[in-house]
Amino acid sequence: MPANDNNDIQVSFKLVDKNQRAFLDVNSSIPATGITAIYGHSGSGKTSLLRCIAGLEKADQGKLLVKGETWQDDSLFLATHKRPIGYVFQEASLFPHLTARKNLAYATKRAIKRANKRADSPASSELYNRVIEVMGIDGILDNYPSQLSGGERQRIAIARALLIQPRLLLMDEPLAALDHQRKQEILPYLERLHTSFDIPILYVSHSMDEVARLADHILVLDQGKIIAEGELTQVFSRIDLPQRLEQESGVILHGKVIEKDQQWQLMRIAFAQGEIWLPDSGEAVKQAVRIRILAKDVSLALNNHDDMSIVNRIEVKVAEIKSDTDNAMALVRLTMGEDYLVAKLTKKSTHHLQLKVGMTIWAQIKSVAIVR
Amino acid sequence: MMLSEADIGAIWLTLRLATTVTILLLVIGTPIAWWLAKTQSWMKGPIAAIVALPLVLPPTVLGFYLLIAMGPNGFIGELTQSLGLGTLPFTFWGLVVASIIYSMPFVVQPLQNAMEAIGQRPLEVAATLRAGPIDRFFSIVLPLAKPGFITASILGFAHTVGEFGVILMIGGNIPDETRVVSVQVYDHVESLEYAQAHSLSALLVIFSFVVLLALYWSQRKNSATSIGVMK
Repeated sequence: MPANDNNDIQVSFKLVDKNQRAFLDVNSSIPATGITAIYGHSGSGKTSLLRCIAGLEKADQGKLLVKGETWQDDSLFLATHKRPIGYVFQEASLFPHLTARKNLAYATKRAIKRANKRADSPASSELYNRVIEVMGIDGILDNYPSQLSGGERQRIAIARALLIQPRLLLMDEPLAALDHQRKQEILPYLERLHTSFDIPILYVSHSMDEVARLADHILVLDQGKIIAEGELTQVFSRIDLPQRLEQESGVILHGKVIEKDQQWQLMRIAFAQGEIWLPDSGEAVKQAVRIRILAKDVSLALNNHDDMSIVNRIEVKVAEIKSDTDNAMALVRLTMGEDYLVAKLTKKSTHHLQLKVGMTIWAQIKSVAIVR
Repeated sequence: MMLSEADIGAIWLTLRLATTVTILLLVIGTPIAWWLAKTQSWMKGPIAAIVALPLVLPPTVLGFYLLIAMGPNGFIGELTQSLGLGTLPFTFWGLVVASIIYSMPFVVQPLQNAMEAIGQRPLEVAATLRAGPIDRFFSIVLPLAKPGFITASILGFAHTVGEFGVILMIGGNIPDETRVVSVQVYDHVESLEYAQAHSLSALLVIFSFVVLLALYWSQRKNSATSIGVMK
């Protein structure tokens, strides 16, 4: 990425603890479009990074440029209330003494004051109505936070952060405090957020599922340092990362539904190159889908066998072979046009197949998960 | 009831004193409590200890030093004289100043506790919603600390009503100027007017009971709803 792109967020922060050991030391350029996930284990420094960007934490050495605008450098530190951000905290953070409606009004009032606009200007009320609709909170506005469920509270909190009309939305594990069912309830709203509002989002998470489903870009933190960053599908296909993250290897692919088979209840998904059949899960033809294929569900063959139960076979090229954490296993990175697949197999098999970088072989995909 | 004109005068004076002191204490005590609740400074301990001193000092000791400070050669006395106000001992405003110091911990401590209970998070949230420091104080701290303000007002008022030692040291016993109810009761007893002493004393007992009852009820109601709990 160019060093002085006006459409990115340049961050450089160093935080040290009492013993002068750095627990956050990052230097990066984050694209100011779409959703960028800041991913890492707890204690990896991801929340600290977000708090530094919000100005809630003051880094000893820090530099922050958002779309060419300086928010922090050696001589300048913009206070939090002067930064055009929205912030969604991990636990719902509604003001307990105000109803949901008044919590929203708290933001609206101040957004209008900053922008010097009239409260009844068409633009403001249009945004208000759209936020209420996208978050689906029309029926619960007159309740106090104590009368709302965790999921409802978090939706109000997200709506409130949108109504301040931020130029950058920061979300600190907004789903972490919710149970599985509530998470599933909110995820669609987060996806709609992505498509309905053109606001860049930094999304802190330790959940690979959420990241796979929501993010366009990813920044991986480990012990306060960035160990990988870039486009989501690219980063996911790196076979050196999972060992450090103790995560299951797998890739994310962007595809499109191109055909449905009514007889066998299947649908065909096409990628830039190659295609697969999946059980029909109700998506419409032409709909874009995001698919996750785990390395353990991919096996390799030298020839295209059709005398077997696995339907999905794609011609690929070997790009990289690497030992897995488990000494008996290897990870193989494969190119499929512009996309990647990762396969996990025993080292014995790699030896048996005499796999070499550059070889053309067949990947057999046993199972696939649609994440969106 | 057997209340003489002097008794009524003492009651009015007491109410006027307690009201004035409570209002001034809320104005003075709020920033002190806020500072104590927020500061990381090493001064926090010493300042908190000074505020709490009246809790443990005998009223006569406090009264003695205040008398000296407010006298013609004391630093408060010199200040008031240079402002053309004369000296404060044996005046109503002398009692106000003494009572403010004497009742300070009863106002500052509940406020400080309520403000500390709010925690950092609501203020951070407000900052991310474009609220500056002053805006945050009025829109978040004051409403969330409301139970603390109710407690502080009730305790400050009641404690001022119940003062005796400091008043006697500073104010003496001047009708309609410094002779408050507690001093009036003392006078009645001194002159063996037990009936009048009974009337006034019973009145104070009832007043104190009602005040404390109101306090406990308000605290129970508030703890059931929201003392700084973010939901």
